[in-house]
Amino acid sequence: MHSDPEAIKRQVRTYMMVGAALFVFTVITVAVNQVHLAVPLAITVALIIATMKGSMVAAVFMHLSHEKMWIYGALVLTVLGFLILMTVPSFTTRDSIGTPTHVEAPAAAHAPAH
Amino acid sequence: MNIPYTVEERPDTGLANGKLGIWLFLASEVMLFGALFSTYIILRVGAPEWPHGELNVWLGMANTFILIGSSVTMVMAWASLKLNDWGKHRLYLILTFVLAGVFLVNKYFEYADHVRRGELPSHSTFLAIYYTLTGLHGIHIIGGMIVMAYFMGPGARMWKTNRDQFTNRIEYTGLYWHFVDLVWIFLFPVLYLL
Repeated sequence: MHSDPEAIKRQVRTYMMVGAALFVFTVITVAVNQVHLAVPLAITVALIIATMKGSMVAAVFMHLSHEKMWIYGALVLTVLGFLILMTVPSFTTRDSIGTPTHVEAPAAAHAPAH
Repeated sequence: MNIPYTVEERPDTGLANGKLGIWLFLASEVMLFGALFSTYIILRVGAPEWPHGELNVWLGMANTFILIGSSVTMVMAWASLKLNDWGKHRLYLILTFVLAGVFLVNKYFEYADHVRRGELPSHSTFLAIYYTLTGLHGIHIIGGMIVMAYFMGPGARMWKTNRDQFTNRIEYTGLYWHFVDLVWIFLFPVLYLL
C-alpha cells in the first residue's frame, strides 16, 4: 500500500475513473437487457459485464492488484471453495443412489390366468 | 495489554493481523453467498418456467448506482486519512453512510410494493430466493452502517491517539463495504434482468 501523498493522489484519480466506468457498465447492462436478447445470450452478456465490474472493484477499490501473497493464498482457497459450491449441486441430477440398475420385467404379473 | 501487529506488519505474513483477518472473514462471506447463488442456480435450472420482469429494473439500477457511489466515497474516506485530511474523511464517511441509508429506503419501498401486491416469499420459488438473497444483503448493509456509525462517533477518538491504527480500521471497513457492493453487482443482473 502506498503512503506517499503523491502516490495516493494518483490513486484517487484512478478511483474516480473506475467509479465512472462502473456507472457506464451498469448503464450498458440495463441497455443490453432492453434489447431482449435470447435468454442464454442475455445471461452470458450480463454475467461477463458483472464479472468485469466485480474485477474492477476487487482490483482497484480493494487493492487486490498489489496485495501480499497471504491474501492471494486465502483468495485461491476461496475460489476453490466457491467452485465446489457451484459444482456440487449438479451432482444431484447425476447420482443414481436409490435407483435400481437391473429391474426384472414383471412377466409373471402379466401372464394370463388359466 | 497491547495487541501486536495492529499497525506494523507481521514478519511471517507481511501483513497487519487485522488485514489478514478481514480477508479471511470475506472468504467465509464468499462461501455464504456462494451457497445461496448455488441454490439459485439449481432452483432456476430445475424450474419448468422462471418469472421475468417481476422486479422494478429502474429501482434496482438506482440502487446499483447508489452502492457504486458509496464504494467510491468509502475509498475516498480512507485516502483522505492517508493524506491527513480529517475534514474530508468525515465528509466522505458521512456520505457513504447516507448512501447506504438511501439504498435501504429504496429497498423498503420495493419490499412494501411487493407485500402490498401479496408477493410474499411463499408466493413463488423466485420470490423466496429473491427475499433470501436481498434480505441477507440488506443485513450486511445494516452491519456496515453500524460499523460506520461507530467510526463517526466514539471510534473516531482513535484518530487523536493512534492515526495509523485508525486508518487501518477504516481500510478494513472499506474492504467489507466494497465486498457488499461486489455482491450487489452480481445480484442486480441475476435477480432483476435475467
